[in-house]
Amino acid sequence: MDQDFKRRLIMAMADAIIAHAEELTALDSAIGDGDHGLNMKRGFEAVLADADNITAKPLPDALKAIGMTLVMKVGGASGPLYGTLAMGLGKALPPEPSVADAAAALDRAIADVKARGKSEAGQKTMLDVLIPVQVAFAAGGEDLATRLPAVAAEAADATVPMKAIRGRASFLGERSIGHMDPGARSSSLLVQAICSVFNEA
Amino acid sequence: MSEQKNVGIVIVSHSAKVAEGAADMVRQMVGDSVPLAAVGGNADGGLGTDVGAIMGAIDKAWSESGVAILVDLGGAETNSEMAIEMMPETRRDRIVICNAPLVEGAVMAATEASGGSPLDAVRATAEELMGG
Repeated sequence: MDQDFKRRLIMAMADAIIAHAEELTALDSAIGDGDHGLNMKRGFEAVLADADNITAKPLPDALKAIGMTLVMKVGGASGPLYGTLAMGLGKALPPEPSVADAAAALDRAIADVKARGKSEAGQKTMLDVLIPVQVAFAAGGEDLATRLPAVAAEAADATVPMKAIRGRASFLGERSIGHMDPGARSSSLLVQAICSVFNEA
Repeated sequence: MSEQKNVGIVIVSHSAKVAEGAADMVRQMVGDSVPLAAVGGNADGGLGTDVGAIMGAIDKAWSESGVAILVDLGGAETNSEMAIEMMPETRRDRIVICNAPLVEGAVMAATEASGGSPLDAVRATAEELMGG
């Protein structure tokens, strides 16, 4: 994967998070501590600031560098969770991955996120977007980059009626029902951003 | 028994004020008999936790007998776990996160540590608070 393409991926992800920071914070204010947007924005601004250094690396090392930056800069639980996801992808992906490589790597990275967050599907977290996206990705077929954003958006919507079991939202119990999970929304935004770059390619 | 042999205590809160306040209470109980570090807030000084700062606190409170970490809310635990994994391999198995309330757990753990107890005893004393 060439440096320009890696740069476009980073810029698309950072732009999506920064543009939706207020929305993510508003979602988190409803059921969490109201800092998800600001935290993710801080993390992706740090990734952007280091983009020259990151994109010069081969893909696995670039992903590890992104993960480490998110871990160190985000400042909330989402830092280790997204950092673990990126570092897990970095560990599992070859420098020039096929679609099948990417689906397998995402599966392994999701396992890392489950372990880090001590969470499973159905607990109103980012996993409730990542898992359906991975399943659709692994099933393959035509127009993946067009279909996956819709899968992600529907999966994020599906967190609205869930009751939170993990994270700050779990303190609210039944009152967490009726709000979209902010981590599910940020995951959906990142899937959309990544797919948009592949669609342009 | 030299002082630095006692288990160290690290307090991790989302709030620097909470962390410092809890550390003040620990100091009142045990003085300087245990290595102690308190850390709170994100990299911008807002509410949150910061993996790099937690690693620094573990270093500051480091004892060859190990370090017990007390945390408040979820992100403090997740970020502390991350910090432990990023510490040198030779130290990782001597750092534990206690499943205990922050303030009470820190005071109980430090009191136990001040008597020269090993890491598992320090952790068990803090975690008794959750057992009721």
